[in-house]
Amino acid sequence: MGQYLLSTYAVEGQGAGAPPTPEDMKTFMDRVVALEDEMEATGTFVFGGALYGPDAATVLRASDSGPVMTDGPFVEAKEHIAGFYIINADDLDAALVWARKVVDAISHPIEVRPFRATGRLRA
Amino acid sequence: MTAPVAATGDAIGVDRVFREAYGQAVATLIRIFGDITLAEDAVQEAFVVASDRWPRSGIPPNPAGWIVTTARNRAIDDLRRSARGRQLHEELGAVVDPSREARIERREVEGPVKDDQLRLIFTCCHPALRTEHNVALTLRLLGGLSVDEVARSFLVSEPAMAKRLVRAKYKIKAAGIPYRVPEDADLPERLRSVLSVLYLIYNTGLEGPERASLRTEAIRLARALVELMPDEPEAAGLLALMLLSESRATARTSDGSLVLLRDQDRTRWNRTMIQEGHAIVRACIRRGRPGPFQLQAAIQAVHCSADSLEATDWAQIVALYDHLFSVMPTPVVALNRAIAAAEIEGPGAALTAIDAIAAELDNYHPMHAARGTMLRRLGRGDAARAAYERAASLAVTEADQQFLAHLLDALDEGGTES
Repeated sequence: MGQYLLSTYAVEGQGAGAPPTPEDMKTFMDRVVALEDEMEATGTFVFGGALYGPDAATVLRASDSGPVMTDGPFVEAKEHIAGFYIINADDLDAALVWARKVVDAISHPIEVRPFRATGRLRA
Repeated sequence: MTAPVAATGDAIGVDRVFREAYGQAVATLIRIFGDITLAEDAVQEAFVVASDRWPRSGIPPNPAGWIVTTARNRAIDDLRRSARGRQLHEELGAVVDPSREARIERREVEGPVKDDQLRLIFTCCHPALRTEHNVALTLRLLGGLSVDEVARSFLVSEPAMAKRLVRAKYKIKAAGIPYRVPEDADLPERLRSVLSVLYLIYNTGLEGPERASLRTEAIRLARALVELMPDEPEAAGLLALMLLSESRATARTSDGSLVLLRDQDRTRWNRTMIQEGHAIVRACIRRGRPGPFQLQAAIQAVHCSADSLEATDWAQIVALYDHLFSVMPTPVVALNRAIAAAEIEGPGAALTAIDAIAAELDNYHPMHAARGTMLRRLGRGDAARAAYERAASLAVTEADQQFLAHLLDALDEGGTES
């Protein structure tokens, strides 16, 4: 059993897959809730959710006089990570089945990347 | 170990057996050890032993089985000795699991299980890998080509190809690309991926005489696939398509220049391959589950049935192109339909059809060449020249370049007849 990161990206100035009208928003949320319920019920869901925009980000860097803080995300880019799931899956094919469901639910491209636990999670 | 059958074991025989046994042995070793690099190293070591032993004592009756046994034993020895091995050994457990060992022993008697190769084809051709990695892995792991041979076939340096293979194997391992035949729901998409990789290998083999071995390899792999998946008509269709194309290989070039189907010496076509291709196409038609490769094979089958250009059943070919376009609506199919239809409807209608897709195929030299030919047949010499020149500027292979140079020369001689 492995774990995979399913992440989606938003382009600056465009919504992160959230539709504009309240009705559309409701159907969108219903789809996401149904998908997460299915992930939960099958023991697939580990963690996940949506991220606030890059303007809300703070970066810390080590320096001789202690960590230095800067406003903004790591990389100034047009695209930034908008949300993610960590899922349990036996192999890439199994992870891709879930990635397809996420794409269907949010109509946004998904990156599938193997996740390697570190530290205490590794034990 | 069984007694050797051949006592001669000449170098060529050993080479051929190596090539054929390699893919089978690597596939089985990957199943046993779950690690591609370990499997490759072990098989490599077994081949070193074989290349020393076989020329003296002869090739064993089941060479792949012999390689698997030897490679497996070596790998287990190596694993027991090295620290990394001990760790892997514990992780795998399976290596020393007595029931598994018993199964392995049984396989050695029966010869390697064919399913291993099928699993490996699907791993190598996984759509999550980029196409150039699919091709490199397939040729290296299943085809048993050396890294250098694969590199030369794709005009890249050996270190670049080695790096490509390392990256591809890293992704398989890290991303957890499975080593198994896909589930039914995924099978059509995944099989399409396998078939297109094999067809790409074949077509790359058409790009020059130094690459001809890729065609042989592609046909060998397609044949193996048909044997492994006898219920997949598209796999059979691909094999037939390759055989029918290959039957004309020697007639396709003359003095290093491309010879069009219409000008080929049909007595030089390989009748054995045509017969086999025709038999497969007939079997596909009886099954009634047509797909793009079967339809392309059927078109080639009609061409190969004609003793002369005049005897070609063009109406049948155009009808098959229409069917093909309905399942594969690409501009290249539309172009080929137009070229075939010119034989019935004349160059004017064909030119109209080609012009309709010209923008989409602007970087595809066969489109400009075909357009040039229609213009020439319509007596529009200057426009024909421009089209041929554009085609020549886009053509890559030596044979295509020469062919287009001939066409331009013929124009200069005032040849505007059809």
